[in-house]
Amino acid sequence: MLYSKIVLDHFQNPRNQGKIANPDAISQVGNPVCGDIMKIYLKINKKNNKIEDIKFETLGCGAAIACSSVVTQAAKGKTLTNALKLDKNIILKKLGGLPAQKVHCSMLSIEALHKAINDYLKKPNEKKNRKINTKN
Amino acid sequence: MKRIYFDNAATTKIDESVMKAMIPYFNLEFGNASSIHEFGQKAEAGVLNAKYIISKFLNCKPNEIIFTSGATESNNTILQGVFSDFKGHLITTMFEHPCVLETAKYLLRRGVDVTFIAPEKNGVIDPQKIFRAIKEDTRLVSIMYANNEVGTVSNIAHIGKKIEELNQKRINKILFHTDAVQACYFRDMDVKKLRTDFVSISSHKIYGPKGIGAFFMREHTKLSPLMYGGHQEYGIRPGTYNVPAIIGFGKAIQLISSKNHKKTIEKMKKIRDFIIKESLKIKGVFLNGDREQRLENNINLLFENIEGESLLLKLDLEGIACSTGSACASGSLSASHVLLSMGIKPENAHGSLRISLGKYNTMEEAERFIITLKKSVGQLREFSPFK
Repeated sequence: MLYSKIVLDHFQNPRNQGKIANPDAISQVGNPVCGDIMKIYLKINKKNNKIEDIKFETLGCGAAIACSSVVTQAAKGKTLTNALKLDKNIILKKLGGLPAQKVHCSMLSIEALHKAINDYLKKPNEKKNRKINTKN
Repeated sequence: MKRIYFDNAATTKIDESVMKAMIPYFNLEFGNASSIHEFGQKAEAGVLNAKYIISKFLNCKPNEIIFTSGATESNNTILQGVFSDFKGHLITTMFEHPCVLETAKYLLRRGVDVTFIAPEKNGVIDPQKIFRAIKEDTRLVSIMYANNEVGTVSNIAHIGKKIEELNQKRINKILFHTDAVQACYFRDMDVKKLRTDFVSISSHKIYGPKGIGAFFMREHTKLSPLMYGGHQEYGIRPGTYNVPAIIGFGKAIQLISSKNHKKTIEKMKKIRDFIIKESLKIKGVFLNGDREQRLENNINLLFENIEGESLLLKLDLEGIACSTGSACASGSLSASHVLLSMGIKPENAHGSLRISLGKYNTMEEAERFIITLKKSVGQLREFSPFK
């Protein structure tokens, strides 16, 4: 297998793996037919719009698990605006690269993060700072 | 960490005695087997002896054996050779090895009429489906003996017998081919009983060297060559003989004919049955392929809510080598064509793991495997959103 040592480390010791009890947002991307499913939980500090806590659950290959781990690590503590700026290249860089056929896993992890944030921003009836650029 | 090799359907470790038999043909009897001088004669004698051993094993004549570089070449030569004019009808199955399946698809694109028979849910071919597919212009029926992923065995002798009966009334005879690469070590390979016109076998699946294979071709059968150049193998497969590999292949076949062979298979069967029994105790684990009609070395498991590549990786990091039908491990976008052809849903096909045993595996290894498997499955399911 052409996985880097960093990928294998995240696969063996995933960061932020698990659930958040009362999350502010949840997203699920991927589908069983393609083999990979990622779920992301967010806890957001409403005062400063920062990601206070983030957890993931993933059914997928080694790369999918490693990408989930890295994306949560990268997003944690960031403002929603900055978290939405994260892209697949940052994930790939942090993992020391992925085999060509696994690059889509990094895209899936970004999709999961962005979906959770966007779902949160669309949620009505909640006090939150909406002055945020949702373009990514 | 002591490594465990459970991927013997992919390739096997060469037998020490096979390796020893090969060595003199690298640096001592290195001549070109087609040369007239003594160097050449010695090399040729080695080739002929290997051919003799293989012909005894298949119960055919030595001149009915054609050496190739392996099963991919054998199967390509047979299929493309029979349909060199791209006319007529081919019957094969949906779960053949890619070297048959992709060649059949190529022939289909070039105008050959091809019927792909689906296996039953248990991974065994229903002979009736083949007989029903036969047409007036059917030229070749190509059915694998044992499947490489799920290890299921089809009744080749029964199919061969029926085709032989049908041929008595036909002007255009049907040729019958079986890809016996996986079955070769475990099943009866007597071509008189199998009633085949072609049989493909490969050396590296049976503790011989890589890069050498052969096929049986019944005397007086016509076949167009894929390559042109030399007179070797009656012009069907020209090119200088790979003498050391041929010697090794012959030796590997000889080992199958030895007295200990039955015991070796018995041992594998015991380990196989232990692994199946213990694996099925884990929740959400199923066996792919028929429980009885399967090779003594094959275990193919389906894990609910686990992606096969991640399980393969976990095991590999613990020093255990297996294989999976998951798309994620193949580089393609879809799951194993074998599992899908058996009616297994894509979401489940991704969670498959193949354990293929070899003669060097032990019960201790199987026990360590089960412990590691339970641990890995637990961890991966913990990661999953489905619990």
